[in-house]
Amino acid sequence: MSGFDETLLEEADEIVRVRFVVNGRKVACEVAPRETLVDCLRNELELTGTHAGCEMGACGACLVQLDGRAVHSCLMFAVQADGAKIETIEGLTESGVLADLQAEFHRRNALQCGFCTPGMLVNAHELLSLVAQPSREEIRDALSGNYCRCTGYEAIVDAIDAVAKARSEGGGAT
Amino acid sequence: MKARAFSYFRAATIDQALDAHARASDDARFIAGGQSLVPALSLRLQAPRLLIDITHIAEMRGVGREGGYLRIGALTRHCEMLSEPLIAEFAPLLHAAAPFVAHPAIRNRGTFGGSVALADPASEFPAMTLALDAEIEIAGPAGHRRVKADDFFIDLFETALQPGELITAIYVPLFKADQRFAFDELARRRGDYALVGCGMLATFIGERIDDIRISFFSVGNTPTRVRSAEATLIGSGLGAERIAAAQAALERDLAPPESDEVPPAMRLHLARVLLGRLLGRLGEGA
Repeated sequence: MSGFDETLLEEADEIVRVRFVVNGRKVACEVAPRETLVDCLRNELELTGTHAGCEMGACGACLVQLDGRAVHSCLMFAVQADGAKIETIEGLTESGVLADLQAEFHRRNALQCGFCTPGMLVNAHELLSLVAQPSREEIRDALSGNYCRCTGYEAIVDAIDAVAKARSEGGGAT
Repeated sequence: MKARAFSYFRAATIDQALDAHARASDDARFIAGGQSLVPALSLRLQAPRLLIDITHIAEMRGVGREGGYLRIGALTRHCEMLSEPLIAEFAPLLHAAAPFVAHPAIRNRGTFGGSVALADPASEFPAMTLALDAEIEIAGPAGHRRVKADDFFIDLFETALQPGELITAIYVPLFKADQRFAFDELARRRGDYALVGCGMLATFIGERIDDIRISFFSVGNTPTRVRSAEATLIGSGLGAERIAAAQAALERDLAPPESDEVPPAMRLHLARVLLGRLLGRLGEGA
């Protein structure tokens, strides 16, 4: 082996230009490869609804939708998401798909300090799109990667359960 | 916690990825799902100068039948283990294990090949490749090769993969009508790493076991087949006595490490409990 080929690093010191469709809008950002997607969303695009918590994939505060699936934006680099379609809590809120979940979280005080709420909503939204009528056990199982430091789990599970029932009865505000 | 600065290269083909690794003089890491690698980079447990993104390599995607095997592309995501009909039909043990792998959002990104390559001794999928007698397809500077799962896991996070090699696919023998499988794990909380986990695949002649492979995880430095326990079961049915004999045999197969949380004797006990439950399910035709 002849040592590290320094020509590989020609791009390294440069900032890389990445393009996404975020919340339905085409955007371009200039990032260093080491910049995580959550930092890019918050710092470059000023979409601060996505929260950086543990930055280890354990707490779930940073969940966003990437190409339609919930992912930890702290567990990928922005360069990896180049070309992807991303929905953050801001976009999901504007589109109204979460309106009934948000109303129910509010009604039941399922958001206390609110820090975990964006991730909880992204997760709950995906769960209800995959399983129309999850049991409470399935809801808890799906939320196992989302930490609420105020321990609001009971109210959060209640809210998701109530929305699932309302939607299946045709009363959901979707 | 932020990763050290690195250069990023997105590979479109296996050859491009291997070439970039060689040019980096092995000071590089391949990244696919990144669900274990990104935290390791953030903690600076690893700090390569080059990250090679293999997520977009088409040759490493897809699930299909090939001869007597199901070829599962290394980039197959954990969530696809749950949604892909071919896996449910021909590799049902993987389908059964998938809901136990981390959390939904991790499963949406994490890849099967990445999990096997990392060989975390507490992970579900590496252990299941052992139970399934799977073969790992590897590409590297010296060409392609296939390694039996039995020969792949060497020690803690150490596998048959050499520097610069990557897993391209996993071949799983097709599930047959005379086979049965069972999977479960004991964890303090769903989604956490298991205290003990186990999966098994048995071939029956009537109610008699003709062949069985039982693989444990979270009990040692590598996923572990329990050959003494397997031997006590081959050629007989699954009566209570036979199950008890297999449980007793685990003492010869497993040597759980010292740990503050779970003493070895407790882990061995839990392994016996789990083995008893799973063999019970096999006996009922699970």
